[in-house]
Amino acid sequence: MSLINWVDRRFPATKVWNEHLAEYYAPKNFNFWYFFGSLALLVLVNQIVTGVWLAMAYKPSAAEAFASVEYIMRDMDYGWLIRYLHSTGASAFFVVVYLHMFRGLIYGSYREPRELVWIIGLVIYLIMMATAFFGYLLPWGQMSYWGAQVIVNLFAAVPFVGEDLSVWIRGDYVISDATLNRFFALHFLLPFVLAALVFIHIVALHKVGSNNPDGIEIKQNKDEQGIPKDGIRFHPYYTVKDTVGVGVFLIFFTAVVFFWPDVGGLFLEAPNFEPANPLKTPEHIAPVWYFTPFYAMLRAIPPMFGSQFPGVLVMFASILILFALPWLDRSPVKSIRYKGGIFKFAITLFAISFVILGYLGMIPSTRVILGLEASFWAQIFTGLYFLFFILMPWYSRLNQAQPVPERVTA
Amino acid sequence: MNQKKLLNRLFAYTAAILCYLMPAIGYTAGGSNVPLLNAQVNLDNQAAIQHGAKYFVNYCMGCHAAEYIRYQLLENTGLTSQQIKDNLIFDNGKVSDLMKTALPQQDAVTWFSGPVPDLTLTARIRGGADWIYTYLKGFYTDPGRPLGANNTLYPNVGMPNVLWSLEGIKSPVYRYQVKHQGVLEREFTDEATAVAYVEQQGSEYKLEKVVDHLVVTQPGSLSEAEFDQVARDISAFLDYIAEPMKQERQQLGWWVLLFLSVFSTLAYFMKKAWWEDIH
Repeated sequence: MSLINWVDRRFPATKVWNEHLAEYYAPKNFNFWYFFGSLALLVLVNQIVTGVWLAMAYKPSAAEAFASVEYIMRDMDYGWLIRYLHSTGASAFFVVVYLHMFRGLIYGSYREPRELVWIIGLVIYLIMMATAFFGYLLPWGQMSYWGAQVIVNLFAAVPFVGEDLSVWIRGDYVISDATLNRFFALHFLLPFVLAALVFIHIVALHKVGSNNPDGIEIKQNKDEQGIPKDGIRFHPYYTVKDTVGVGVFLIFFTAVVFFWPDVGGLFLEAPNFEPANPLKTPEHIAPVWYFTPFYAMLRAIPPMFGSQFPGVLVMFASILILFALPWLDRSPVKSIRYKGGIFKFAITLFAISFVILGYLGMIPSTRVILGLEASFWAQIFTGLYFLFFILMPWYSRLNQAQPVPERVTA
Repeated sequence: MNQKKLLNRLFAYTAAILCYLMPAIGYTAGGSNVPLLNAQVNLDNQAAIQHGAKYFVNYCMGCHAAEYIRYQLLENTGLTSQQIKDNLIFDNGKVSDLMKTALPQQDAVTWFSGPVPDLTLTARIRGGADWIYTYLKGFYTDPGRPLGANNTLYPNVGMPNVLWSLEGIKSPVYRYQVKHQGVLEREFTDEATAVAYVEQQGSEYKLEKVVDHLVVTQPGSLSEAEFDQVARDISAFLDYIAEPMKQERQQLGWWVLLFLSVFSTLAYFMKKAWWEDIH
């Protein structure tokens, strides 16, 4: 014990351990939805570790990038495994983060006093999307190239400065070697920014304490020692519980890595096995699945005054509106368990709209579904997506709530 | 556990699994309308891959490369380094060389009006060996094309029919489709009847000629069954080189899943033991 004492006199090791693990009291009624926070951290670590190893053999140049990825897949020892862990990890990251965010939505984890936890989380989500976008260019396949072309061109739609802005982002007039090189630099940097933000996210969370499926504050019910009656120590209780979650998650994750790494063209798109060719536009350009809900919203808005800018605005607004959520929800209770039917209906409709937009973003916008073009359906569901937020101040207040219990329920 | 809780849990698990599989639901790959033939590729059949490699270096590599693999990759299919050197390398190269073509890209552009694609990843770009097999069997004579050949799966492809000496020469038998505003109205096997029908119906009706099937008009050195086997073996070889680690990946996968199942079970009992006193 003298070593830890020596350290403690110089660095608050025991203090940090106790504050964040051994004596951090979390509500005892966490359910299935509460696995995804720790899983997101696990996937982030997976991305950083496999990413660093990939970077040891990857060449960020237009002439060599594609071949260097194939070198990793074929000639590097277990390079295929490291690369599939990374490519599957990218999609898995979005899967667990979407579930983590949805958990926050249904149990009101964004409500006072956790507004900053929610907002820091959204910043993490934005940086994560940027990281994924930069990373997708690196294999330098056809979809990498043309996907980046489409997304960077969005910035060109900004009035007055758009053209200059897009050239500034690319470092060239087209996606080129210069673009690839800078995207690699940013793709390597941003995960460390993410790691720092995750730390801030957790510090903010531990200041206010975790929410729970009942949406009640366990700190309002403390025993004589000042410990919440419904709280249990994070370590060992939730560390052992999350270990089970990790095991089960890894079964699904590795099943994809080892048996279905391209997931029918969704985690790895078939045209991306063809090297980038600036002279040959693919028949159909679609971003990877985790961006398609937003891509569908972008395409849903027709050009106005000869400019795509309204669509770009709507797409960015669809993410930025999430920042306002803590102030849009006026319900007297936090958790969906004690909210009335109107809110349950609204959130179900919202979730369905998001999934359908995800599908619509993958297919050509001219495809006819039930007699109407996909772009028409995208307009309907974009509308529903926004109405969930815009009407929330009214329907959440109207909403008849059930009585909230004093203590957490099992 | 009461019923409501059970239902809630069931809902949560279903939602999570759906979310995980969401990307896969409803996804359809685009492409040609020609139905693909089944190549019946079996990657455990090393002889087929070796056989395919032989045809690849003899018939394809004059123009096409597979430049992301090395000749020595074929050692994994049971060939020795010496066998590869003696039978598959024609230019005194080393087995560790990448499988590059001798054709300069400049010439390819002049001769075929475009660069010749590398074939290492074709099976992954096209979603499997069946496309390759169907493509290889889809060539027919078409005097309208610069190199005299066309393809049912890949219309107006720039590639000539390089396997003609094995397969023979095939001619198309057409089917005549009458379309009204893009919708198929009637089909004819005889051109004259179709033309007469369209004339009778009026200008809104359009006639389209599509290849119905191919017939061998001049036999090649192989029988049809023998040629099918060659096309299958080339498809198997290309399928193999597109992802040579596929079998290793799947074999390792079972061990990983076995480990994780044991790990998760133990972790579950550990959690249960720790949580015994939490109510």
